[in-house]
Amino acid sequence: MQSSVGKAPQLEFDTPRLRRHRQLRALKDRVARHAIAAGGLSVIVAVTLIFFYLLYEVFPLFRASSVEPLATYDRPGAAESVTRLLAIEEQGEKGMRLTARGLVYFFDVKNGVVESSVTLPVPEGAEVTAVAEGALGSRKVAVGFSSGEILMLQHDYRVTFPVGQQRLITPSVVYPQGETPIRLAPEGVALTSVALSDGDDNLMYVAVGSDGKLYGKRFEKEENFLSGEVTMEEVALALPASDAEIESIALSPNGRFLYLVQATGTIDMHDLSKPDKPALVDTVAAVTAGETITDLRFLLGGYALLVATDKGRVIQFFPVRDENNRFALEKIREFDSGSGDVVTLAMEERRKGFITASSDGAVAAFNTTAHNRALQEGLSDQPILRTALAPRANFLLVETADLKLHLVAVHNEHPDVSFSALWDKVWYEGYDKPDYIWQSSAANNDFEPKYSLMPLVFGTLKAAFYAMLLAVPLAICGAIYAAHFMAPAVRRKVKPAIELMEAIPTVILGFLAGLFFAPFMEENLPGVFAVLLIVPVGVVAFAFAWANAPKPLTQWVPDGWDAVVLIPVIVFLGWISFAISGYLEIWFFGGDMRLWLTRDMGIDYSQRNSLVIGVAMGIAVIPTIFSIAEDAIFSVPKHLMFGSLALGATPWQTMIRVILPTASPGIFSALMIGLGRAVGETMIVLMATGNTAIMDMNIFEGMRTLSANIAVEMPESEVGSSHFRILFLAGFVLFVFTFFVNTLAEYVRQRLRKKYSVI
Amino acid sequence: MQISFKEWTRKGNPWIWLNAAAVSVSLIAVLGLMLLIMARGLVHFWPHSLIQADYVLEGKEPVPVIGEVAQHEDIPTEQLKAAGYPVKADEDFMTRILLKTGNRDVLGSDFRWVLEGSLKNVRYPETLITLERREWGNYYGYQVAYKNNGTVVANAQESGDKTWELLIAGIARADALNAQIEEIEKGEIGKVNYELERLRLTEKRLQLEGKATDSALAELEAERQLLHKDYERLQAQLGELYTEIGRDTVVMRAMNGQETEISVSKIVRAFQPNKMGLIEKIGHYGMKLGEFVGDDPREANTEGGVFPAIYGTVLMVLIMSIMVTPLGVIAAVYLREYANQGALTQTIRIAVNNLAGVPAIVYGVFGLGFFVYFLGGNIDRLFYPEALPSPTFGTGGLMWASITLAILTLPVVIVATEEGLARIPRSIREGSLALGATKAETLWRVVLPMASPAMMTGMILAIARAAGEVAPLMLVGVVKLAPSLPLDGNYPFLHLDQKFMHLGFHIYDVGFQSPNVEAARPLVYATSLLLVLVIALLNPGRSGDS
Repeated sequence: MQSSVGKAPQLEFDTPRLRRHRQLRALKDRVARHAIAAGGLSVIVAVTLIFFYLLYEVFPLFRASSVEPLATYDRPGAAESVTRLLAIEEQGEKGMRLTARGLVYFFDVKNGVVESSVTLPVPEGAEVTAVAEGALGSRKVAVGFSSGEILMLQHDYRVTFPVGQQRLITPSVVYPQGETPIRLAPEGVALTSVALSDGDDNLMYVAVGSDGKLYGKRFEKEENFLSGEVTMEEVALALPASDAEIESIALSPNGRFLYLVQATGTIDMHDLSKPDKPALVDTVAAVTAGETITDLRFLLGGYALLVATDKGRVIQFFPVRDENNRFALEKIREFDSGSGDVVTLAMEERRKGFITASSDGAVAAFNTTAHNRALQEGLSDQPILRTALAPRANFLLVETADLKLHLVAVHNEHPDVSFSALWDKVWYEGYDKPDYIWQSSAANNDFEPKYSLMPLVFGTLKAAFYAMLLAVPLAICGAIYAAHFMAPAVRRKVKPAIELMEAIPTVILGFLAGLFFAPFMEENLPGVFAVLLIVPVGVVAFAFAWANAPKPLTQWVPDGWDAVVLIPVIVFLGWISFAISGYLEIWFFGGDMRLWLTRDMGIDYSQRNSLVIGVAMGIAVIPTIFSIAEDAIFSVPKHLMFGSLALGATPWQTMIRVILPTASPGIFSALMIGLGRAVGETMIVLMATGNTAIMDMNIFEGMRTLSANIAVEMPESEVGSSHFRILFLAGFVLFVFTFFVNTLAEYVRQRLRKKYSVI
Repeated sequence: MQISFKEWTRKGNPWIWLNAAAVSVSLIAVLGLMLLIMARGLVHFWPHSLIQADYVLEGKEPVPVIGEVAQHEDIPTEQLKAAGYPVKADEDFMTRILLKTGNRDVLGSDFRWVLEGSLKNVRYPETLITLERREWGNYYGYQVAYKNNGTVVANAQESGDKTWELLIAGIARADALNAQIEEIEKGEIGKVNYELERLRLTEKRLQLEGKATDSALAELEAERQLLHKDYERLQAQLGELYTEIGRDTVVMRAMNGQETEISVSKIVRAFQPNKMGLIEKIGHYGMKLGEFVGDDPREANTEGGVFPAIYGTVLMVLIMSIMVTPLGVIAAVYLREYANQGALTQTIRIAVNNLAGVPAIVYGVFGLGFFVYFLGGNIDRLFYPEALPSPTFGTGGLMWASITLAILTLPVVIVATEEGLARIPRSIREGSLALGATKAETLWRVVLPMASPAMMTGMILAIARAAGEVAPLMLVGVVKLAPSLPLDGNYPFLHLDQKFMHLGFHIYDVGFQSPNVEAARPLVYATSLLLVLVIALLNPGRSGDS
């Protein structure tokens, strides 16, 4: 046994089995290395995906629009007959062409093959001289004849899904007011311009005759309650008398305003709301001398009027009310088609947009709210005569002077977003001046979406400002005290307690803010302001008294326990402030401070206001700032402090002159991270403000922030719509802002750490 | 030895004291919030005494009122005058009481403000009864009679306590029947419906794939017939139970003297709060607390329990932590152990760290766009074409909510694990390597076990953060009322595509979207307390580590 100790056992390390084992281990090592690298990298990539995905969703907003020619063919039907109207149906499959002879051809828009045709009940020997479309999307058309008669028709498309077949679209023509044309002008007077208004309870035709006179008829609709049948009854219609020769007319779809265009380019606006007494509202010289109006259309909603001229301009007008509640026709904005002239306008049915066509064969797409030209493109070297835009604004049918039709696909998803629509003041329909407004949806379809991000950004900053106003002094002062004056035993308990506050879900803070603080503050408003005065003064008074208090009492409390001593004092002072709140209200504010604010000071007060947000979000932000600032102050090297104290500085002087300047980058980074948190906080703002997007610095009013706006509107927004992408843009803005602020803070903090390690 | 104010100020003492005051204020805020939530949340379940009084306003007829005192408030007389109360202005303040008068179906609203001074003849009659109902909130009043199939079997005036005993027995009987009904409706019929839906989808799938042969269809049809038969049998049982449960009614008299007949099946419980002793009240309190934690909500979430919300929160957080922990650990190990420690890694580290500061709602937006609409939409097209156009994964649900929160909390886990790895001394790694272990072995046998407390910390931090986040969930699948739990007895048991309830969202929804906020408020405090407790329980892990 003894002998074996000194002798090394004969171990063979290079057996094939061990070699295999070693190889296996090396393989495992390699596999682990690659797997972890792949896994780790893909996790990191997945996390950064957020940034790129947000960008990817936002990007289409700013992508240029384009057109894509799909087909060109001869005019379907009788090619030589003049076209009076072109149209495409919803799905972009069937086209419609109405000729001067009174024939309606329905054709396949892909190839121009006529699939069916309808002959209109044209009066003997007459032909179609003028055509006007009713409200956008109604597919109702007024057809004026050379005989002075008028007829209303509607082109209809029935969609069926026969078993085992593709979708089938069957076009037809119906006559809502019967097949018999109605006489407007005396025999021999042709109608040169017609207008149609088909409302819920009345129907109106107005036309200009070849004699330059105005003719019109108005019918009242009455619905039988039992059968639902609508009967029409003609009622008297007085039309404005005009001496000047009228070139063309436009009638708002609700039948209220009639616009008369004279050859000189002057537009008269008449109010027909009293059928027996038309009133001239305003007269506007729409164009400059030598310029001719070529087309006159209503924008979606029938409120704004677009005037196209032969100088390539399109001018938008709408009625604006002044202080006396009187309308005036105001020029709102002007668009440049980019070509020498504009021949015709095609209106979008779902958005506030239109497409111009010029005699140089170019088309251009515009959006009025965003005031931008989404695209401009030459389609043909021939002059364009007429265009038709599909209801979804995805196909355009163009008729050129060589009697050909061109089908063009339009890729123009987000014309309603532009820099000016998001960040500038915009003059919206129905408003008396340009303004920043966020209002993304409404009950009706022809609503003008208002996508100004300014009120939201303003609200976000306002909320953050009031939160920081409360949080910064409390958190920084608290950090100063906790890091340097507090007894270590207390500090060990206090720091986690304050940091625990960070873990309180913000939904709870929001709930307390909305349902407890808000009503409480409303009732004790004077008390809230009294606290700001009474607590600091009371604390200083107490401290002075404490300094002069008998030694046995003060010695009983060790150094650095001041904050604990102060807790009952502050609770007491706070209680006093609120207890006298009611008396203050009686003495100074006539018993009701809220009423006093509104009546005597002219300051609006809403219950869920910025004051509430300031307190609730302040509480949410305090622990963040406190924790980082405290770390920064605490980790200032101690020998700096000792040196300063040894030179005779008081503790407070040491703090202000030595420690704070050294720690200031850390405090700055604490503020930045706190700001980032305040800006992105959602639930508190969602629950404790009224969420109205107003721009008002008033502390007694609420706000709507970017984050709360996303939370409210995102679930309802249509996927892929401009609204959806703008909400993504809001998210992206939040992301970039907080990321930037945090990076800045982190950078500063790292520099500080390096500096400390050197001192 | 007296210090002059000037001398005292010169040394900067006021500033130090004011700084101390800032700490005190912060502490008061934390403690005050906690106390507020606790006080309001815990009081809710206590059976409050019912007062009866005559409300006498000057120049008006005295009105009898019955109710629970919900709140006291001092209010300047001026304001009352302005509001049109006929008050005498000999005092600056008057006390008014918010009285919960219940009986929403009779009186129109649950609450009523009364001036304390105008309450005359206040008394606490022992026979006053609180009825907790399934609909219309609480009923306060006197029992008049007990009816069986419309005939009076006991009359309060003649039989006294017997009517009350009959009512208690009747409620117990109705409860038992209700449990049976629920078992059939939720359990058995739910199962039949689930199977029928599965058959419908199978058939549609066969048709889509062109495999809908006659024999296959006939098989499905046979199965369906069986299920239909089952369904009819269950329906018949239900019908019997419903007639049975509707047998008893109780006639009650409210404070305005109006008599109402209430079906016993609509009563959750009845008690006479003024008659209860302390022990009884404690028992009642425990029962209510149990109901709150263990039962389903009633009446648009304003009554009953929050069990589905607790369940949804816990399940979602569990799934999230199962996903986030391994991913976060792998990323941290890569960053700390394998990646080159250059400027690029440092940048990535800062970026990951900063992602923790990105607002939660941004993650919600990302989750909705990328997971729900993009991934979910594609999964539906590929794997669930038979269910289209109704989405399966193309709408918010448990899975997407969990993944979204996993992404949200990933930075937390990465940062915590990395810190743990950084704390392990280099010498330990080198020792292991010197003994011949490969890097992978060192990692697996030495480094990771030592870093496991840090990983736990990271996970706990992630859970604490995830449990409290609401904003992103609102976009990716949380609902106010889910029809069933996402984990049940129907194959495949865990329904990742289902929507779920959540405590935080419950607070938001009940506190702000509910039609009767005033009545629901105590419940929201209780829910808040529950959520704070859940998170506070998770928090020691954090302070213990640092």
